[in-house]
Amino acid sequence: MSLVFAGVCSHAPGITGRRDRADPVVRDAFYSAYDRMRQALEAARPDVLVVVGAEHFANFFMNNMPALCVGMGDHYEGPIEDEAWLGIKHARFPGAPELSMQLIQDMMNDVDLAYAQEWKFDHGIMVPLHFLTPRADLPIIPVNINCQGPPLIPLKRCYDFGRALKRACDARPERIAVIGTGGISHWPATPDSGRINEPWDREFLDKFLGNRREELLAYDDAETWREAGQGGLEIRTFIAVAGAAEGHTGELWFYAPIPIFAVGCTVAVMNL
Amino acid sequence: MSLYNVQKLLFQLNRDPAVRRRFDDAFETLLADYELTEEEQHALRDPDIGLLYVMGVNGQILMHYAALRGFEWNAYMEAMREGERKYGPVRTGLYTRAQGR
Ligand SMILES: [Fe+2]
Repeated sequence: MSLVFAGVCSHAPGITGRRDRADPVVRDAFYSAYDRMRQALEAARPDVLVVVGAEHFANFFMNNMPALCVGMGDHYEGPIEDEAWLGIKHARFPGAPELSMQLIQDMMNDVDLAYAQEWKFDHGIMVPLHFLTPRADLPIIPVNINCQGPPLIPLKRCYDFGRALKRACDARPERIAVIGTGGISHWPATPDSGRINEPWDREFLDKFLGNRREELLAYDDAETWREAGQGGLEIRTFIAVAGAAEGHTGELWFYAPIPIFAVGCTVAVMNL
Repeated sequence: MSLYNVQKLLFQLNRDPAVRRRFDDAFETLLADYELTEEEQHALRDPDIGLLYVMGVNGQILMHYAALRGFEWNAYMEAMREGERKYGPVRTGLYTRAQGR
């Protein structure tokens, strides 16, 4: 049946952890956009949700860091962070190990993947799921792209991963949804936390929503680092979704810099 | 400099309840399990969050240690700024190229 939904959203821990410190008007508009995304996701009636994230040393460390890893667990749990700090209660999520195995096997014709049967979600996946699957009842297949530090997978290979995911999904009877979560410009967990480069974000979003592959792949990591912070390297997750939705453009449902959330808060959905 | 070991200790502390128990009950023996310099041991023990930041500990690891040691968000931000004032710019890792500072 293939992909029935593709979108992107933010995942910064402040979004839930520091919810009381944001301007309530902007915050509630942002939360409404997440909720609109939840409704659209539910309307697509997916059997499983693939979450392409960029975790922050919850499962993977510099002793053995995969560039790309796909979950193959029969369940997952999170958050790994303190519940009060993140503002999200601990939950257990069903996995889809059989389907994961099939997808991974198929995708490996095109891309090299690690797999993991054990995986604990950090804010990078918990924040989106908190809004999108509040009952924790939709089977999840997590994907991690290492965006935390170099050496980093080239952007082109992220797009290729998205293409491989789409192709593998096409070969399956299940209805599969995918979301990417990361970026856009931000300087998380540094003294520059709260800084957001809105013009950079808007330009990136324009290229992403237009799914203009060449322009997306032309971003240079050193420049992204300078202009969009180390958190900007997480654009890899958006680019993977662009690859999965190749040939389709998207719609921006929300964008606003919310400094106390330390990120330009984004919700966007591809028109498949 | 054994930044890798400092980060490994903090990663395991964030991730593993058994390491967390040792942190609570037998901090010095936990430290002894990792090859750390005097300065690193001091920074962890104190804790000197600003110094850990300047040493180059990744913020995604450090922010949880700061929270664990009772630093509220603004205090954590301030500790990093204080570290830069006291010890100079970040020495290595991801944040050495942080923008315009
Ligand atoms: Fe992130």
